[in-house]
Amino acid sequence: MTEEQAKFKQQTRRILGRFGKKRSNLIPILQKLQDNLGYLPREAMLEVAQFLDVPEIDVYSVVTFYNQFRLQPPGKHSIRVCLGTACHMKGGYITLDAWKRRLNIDRGQTTPDREFDLDTVACVGCCVMAPVTVVDNKPEGKVEPTRVDGILLSFKREKEGK
Amino acid sequence: MKVSKRQSVLSAFAEIKSQAESRWRGLKSGKTVIMVGTATCGRAAGALEVLRAIKSELKRQRLDCPVVEVGCMGHCYAEPIVTISKPGYPPICYSQVNPVIGERLIREFILGDNPCLEFVLGALEKNDLVPSFADFPRARFENKVILKNCGHIDPEHIEHYIANGGYSALAKALQLKPEEIIDEVKSSGLRGRGGAGFPAGEKWEICRNARGRPKYLICNGDEGDPGAFMDRAILESDPHSVLEGMLIAGYAIGARYGYIYVRAEYPLAVQRTRLALRQVRKLKLLGNNILGSDFSFDIRLFQGSGAFVCGEETALIASLEGKPGNPHHRPPYPATNGLYGKPTLVNNVKTLAYLPQIIGEGSGKFARIGTEQSKGTAVFALAGKVVNTGLAEVPMGTTLHQVIFDVGSGIKEGKRFKAVQIGGPSGGCLPESSLDLPVDFDSLTQAGAIMGSGGMIVLDEDDCMVEIARYFLEFTQRESCGKCTFCRLGTKQMLQVLDEFTKGKGKIKDLDMLIELAEDVKAGSLCGLGRTAPNPILTTLRYFRDEYEAHIKEGRCPALMCRDLIAYYIIPERCELTCDACVGTCTVEAISSHPTKRYKIIDQTKCVKCGTCLKSCPPQYSAVVKLSPPSLVPVSK
Repeated sequence: MTEEQAKFKQQTRRILGRFGKKRSNLIPILQKLQDNLGYLPREAMLEVAQFLDVPEIDVYSVVTFYNQFRLQPPGKHSIRVCLGTACHMKGGYITLDAWKRRLNIDRGQTTPDREFDLDTVACVGCCVMAPVTVVDNKPEGKVEPTRVDGILLSFKREKEGK
Repeated sequence: MKVSKRQSVLSAFAEIKSQAESRWRGLKSGKTVIMVGTATCGRAAGALEVLRAIKSELKRQRLDCPVVEVGCMGHCYAEPIVTISKPGYPPICYSQVNPVIGERLIREFILGDNPCLEFVLGALEKNDLVPSFADFPRARFENKVILKNCGHIDPEHIEHYIANGGYSALAKALQLKPEEIIDEVKSSGLRGRGGAGFPAGEKWEICRNARGRPKYLICNGDEGDPGAFMDRAILESDPHSVLEGMLIAGYAIGARYGYIYVRAEYPLAVQRTRLALRQVRKLKLLGNNILGSDFSFDIRLFQGSGAFVCGEETALIASLEGKPGNPHHRPPYPATNGLYGKPTLVNNVKTLAYLPQIIGEGSGKFARIGTEQSKGTAVFALAGKVVNTGLAEVPMGTTLHQVIFDVGSGIKEGKRFKAVQIGGPSGGCLPESSLDLPVDFDSLTQAGAIMGSGGMIVLDEDDCMVEIARYFLEFTQRESCGKCTFCRLGTKQMLQVLDEFTKGKGKIKDLDMLIELAEDVKAGSLCGLGRTAPNPILTTLRYFRDEYEAHIKEGRCPALMCRDLIAYYIIPERCELTCDACVGTCTVEAISSHPTKRYKIIDQTKCVKCGTCLKSCPPQYSAVVKLSPPSLVPVSK
């Protein structure tokens, strides 16, 4: 077991201590774990299955059923392109293409340097600001391809400490 | 209930109310109050920066004005909105406030006496200085029942809600018999606002009479329809109205536990609901022996995990039980066999939010609004190409034309109306000829759409109907849980056909196959997702068949939207030779100057058709155009 895996296991156990051993707690547990670990590593899911005394496959099926759960480690900055109806009609798919092109990854992936992860979201309910991209949990309105470059530039500057 | 108990409920509530009222009065007394709308829509427009700027300016000027964070007033097109109530003036709302304007308002209006009329949206009350919201043309059609408090109170302070009449309906309900409450709801004619429109009172009665203990109450806030945000706005702006509704419903059906299921994509709604729950528990309006009565009720917040199908009640229950959200066959209905097999009442956020008024002010007032079959008001989320995007609450029976053109002020940029998409992925697109339809549960169904939960996306001449059908199908196909074969595979097949259409590769006989498949998917699916998934295709085919045919026969997209069927082109004669706007903004460096004649040329092999050049070309030149089919682009010399 690597050091990281051991750390995940330990953290998972600590978090599990706050929950009752009820099947109905499965989703809240997974949400809490993802909040803390950033994603759901294999070790964490195995621990959860053991804790709730349910088959491992049940945990995995829940994790893969819901869009919110991630099986890959996240990047430092999360980029969520809204593809709700209003955003789509105003060119959300064009914005998504711009992000893909600039970050050189597909939706659901993380850049190799773990700086950014890119995903889509069904609708964040800010339809009037379409097209919306949620950058680090903050919804940004009217994100078009040129704004994508602007956002990336501000992150670059921040990293360079300017 | 015994007289003594009734007395104790009344006196317990009177004490809570008088405390809340004195704090509310303290906020209003003689001071200038600044209210900033910080719901998600405001935040996306930069409300938090405005809030920070206002606070630091107040500090710099050594002013002691309370700054209150409020929710969404429904005028989302004007966000960020700041309301200033200064003694001697009516409360004035300012629209599209940025940090600089925010600071200026403080210096000039609060310190000075200049109300900065150039930034005014409207006043909250009638007055002689500025037009009030009541003077807006839309005011004639609007009737705010559940949006009454939204944007006017701080959702994070329970006193604001109580001082404005909140929780008095609960106190009243606790003095009635549960049967009396159910009768009141029945006579109000309230129908479920989740989409299907089932009479709420009847559902309650079934649940009350069902055997099995404990009973559960679930508030369905899994507003998954892309393009709908009414529930989000209510939970963010007035969460206590939903909680009060849950308490009344819980008492009426004899429930012991309640769940409020909120989407994960609404972090602010989750946070404010959680805070609201903590506050009601503290005031003993939740928990054991509420207000000293025999009624005990607990509510837990459950965060969804991003699955559209969980808006379906049986899938939602599966999700609460910790399982994948697969729907199952009904009957048995959740009202008799729901969560853990016990009787469970599932109601939408809006349905529950109506209750404080129905019980507090009597069913008669509610029943007088709306039409014979659909009582009360309808809340719509207006989005898309309409001028006044945001929330609108109108009486049932208002026509689509009135909602879009009078409340929404028509189409942006003077474009032509093409269609309105109602009901999200389960609804349909209605054309101009349907605009005189009244919005109620039954009329829209006849036209092929559904009222659904209330998302309304307005489409103009630039929106392709084939593309919108494809978009919704892509959505339902991805969100299909996979349990029913027809839904799982049928939607995939239909999507493939539509994909071909938008690429200009379809065949005309595919249209008949599409209709046939659509009927099969409708018939062969268990839950609403599959049964309504073909609706967007069927309505667009019914009303906009010519657009499908243009895609198939001519390889042309009439709305110039489908990327495989259009090309961007710069008309040499119109290009201003010294301007470099398009060259500078092109995200893929596909535009360059002609070596000798200097007009700009787009390299079609590099172009990704993002449209940035079209937007950046100064309007006095308008040299960039879209052409469809792409073969119309002249070969450059």
